Amino acid sequence: MSLPATVAELVREFRAGARIVIVGASLAGLRAAETLREEGFTGSLTIIGDEPYEPYDRPPLSKQVLKGWVPADHTKLPRTREVNADWRLGVAAVGLDRITKRVRLADGEQVPYDRLLIATGTRARQWPNPAEAALEGVHTIRSRDDAAELQKELAESPSRVVVIGAGFIGSEVASVCRELDIPVTVVERGPAPLVGALGGVIGEIAAQMQRDHGVDLRCGLGVSSLEGDSGGHVRRAHLSDGTVVDADVVVASLGSIRNVEWLEGSGLAAGVWGVGCDAGGRAFDINGVVTDSIFVAGDVARAPHVLYEYQFLAMEHWDNAVLGAEVAAHNMVNLEPNYRPHLLLPGFWSGQFGVNIKSVGVPPFGDEIVFTQGSVADRSFAAAYGHRGRIVAAVTFDHGKWLEYYGKLIERSGPFPPPPSGWDQPADTKPVPAEFPDPRVPTAIPDVVLTGHAPSERTAEFRPRRH
Amino acid sequence: MRIVVDLNRCQGYAQCVYLAHEVFRLSGQEALTYEPNPDDARRLQVERAAAACPVQAIMIDRLDGTERGEAS
Ligand SMILES: Cc1cc2nc3c(=O)[nH]c(=O)nc-3n(C[C@H](O)[C@H](O)[C@H](O)COP(=O)(O)OP(=O)(O)OC[C@H]3O[C@@H](n4cnc5c(N)ncnc54)[C@H](O)[C@@H]3O)c2cc1C
Repeated sequence: MSLPATVAELVREFRAGARIVIVGASLAGLRAAETLREEGFTGSLTIIGDEPYEPYDRPPLSKQVLKGWVPADHTKLPRTREVNADWRLGVAAVGLDRITKRVRLADGEQVPYDRLLIATGTRARQWPNPAEAALEGVHTIRSRDDAAELQKELAESPSRVVVIGAGFIGSEVASVCRELDIPVTVVERGPAPLVGALGGVIGEIAAQMQRDHGVDLRCGLGVSSLEGDSGGHVRRAHLSDGTVVDADVVVASLGSIRNVEWLEGSGLAAGVWGVGCDAGGRAFDINGVVTDSIFVAGDVARAPHVLYEYQFLAMEHWDNAVLGAEVAAHNMVNLEPNYRPHLLLPGFWSGQFGVNIKSVGVPPFGDEIVFTQGSVADRSFAAAYGHRGRIVAAVTFDHGKWLEYYGKLIERSGPFPPPPSGWDQPADTKPVPAEFPDPRVPTAIPDVVLTGHAPSERTAEFRPRRH
Repeated sequence: MRIVVDLNRCQGYAQCVYLAHEVFRLSGQEALTYEPNPDDARRLQVERAAAACPVQAIMIDRLDGTERGEAS
């Protein structure tokens, strides 16, 4: 048999009889499972998830669910096809042995695999003081149970809500509070909301928008402690400037932590920014060697991106989970030269204070910003981010129809400032510094992070294998 | 039934809001929100809304609920 025929036979046999295990039963895990079947994989498929629920969608949790319009259990994801999987829900993976190719579960079971997909995502960073975090009325939002509990308390008209951290999720919570006519104080360590993701120039516009909607916004401050009553319910937040804010609900939106602990000792390039993988989703080991049997997708993945100087990007975005999972799944049941790259231009949306904020590209990669369309005063505009004379990202406020135009320019590494779109140009089109905070300052964590050039840079700890 | 809207793709044309206003809503000019698991009685309405979406951002389940062997 010729070599190509042998390879084709190998792929056929693999698709018919191999064992694939997916860890993480959420957006990326589900879409990968569906793609595997779509690609003709008929072998055994096991999906392991530590949440007791079938896959559900998270973006509605901080929006229509909190508002009380949609119940938290009405977020189940639609299915594109049957996946015929063995679902192990409510049990966590606690270890990975790459030599025997087994995933160890919390109940002691060992699940063997021929190909493994890591899709364990992230979790919410908790309020750092455990006793204060345990007070009733103190919340984070990641799961549908988190959202259901917070929604219940918001429906009881609390006297005031304190939101700690004004990233996207914190800002969305503040927006919902104002829509429900609940007084809300937002405490943000950085100079403005959304600065980590969109920079200080846009942050200032977001700040004004929050204040116009009656948010008591306190920037440049931290919360130093939370105080409870004798019944163990939170009543007060003490701020770093000595002021005290009375509140019966506190929402800590302090960014996320990647779920990589279960990979400890596996020898994979896993660390605080996730699991390093190539642009085809194949995981790197600690030495920067790509593995053939382990793949990564979604919030927990970090992969080099050709448009951003091959730096490793970690993206906590919905479409990154969907497209990354589809690419990884395709590559799990194919061989060279049929591998596909996951070279998504990052995209994000956030609905808050009646405005649709969208971005494309990687804003923190830019150092300058220019307003290109619309009017800041009307909160309906487009702006582009530039780095060394080329466009690297764009943001729109209620100007989403134009994002595609900027996306195309970014994909071609078009010039910055970009050519005028020929439509509703603002008066001032001079680029100004975008004002991103120093990445070393531990504040306002953006949801797209440039994490360096090497699989191990800033993330993996060099450790010999245990087994 | 179950749906998901790709809000990266959505450009706020609001055709879906006209065709199924119990399921899709605009918050302000452009920000779409929706009920991800609408009542089955709305299926026809929602299918029309999905078909009318100029950017085809609405995805509807092609399977009825959950498969066997899966918790809910
Ligand atoms: C409140 C909220 C609002 C959001 N809004 C937006 C938005 O407006 N736009 C946008 O683009 N994105 C938004 N996102 C982000 C988006 O939801 C994520 O990018 C997406 O959920 C990532 O999917 P994932 O499958 O990679 O990870 P996850 O959804 O985090 O899923 C990982 C799953 O793995 C499970 N798991 C973890 N460890 C283990 C283990 N050891 N064993 C077994 N299972 C494990 C987890 O419990 C979880 O179920 C939002 C997220 C949240 C929380």
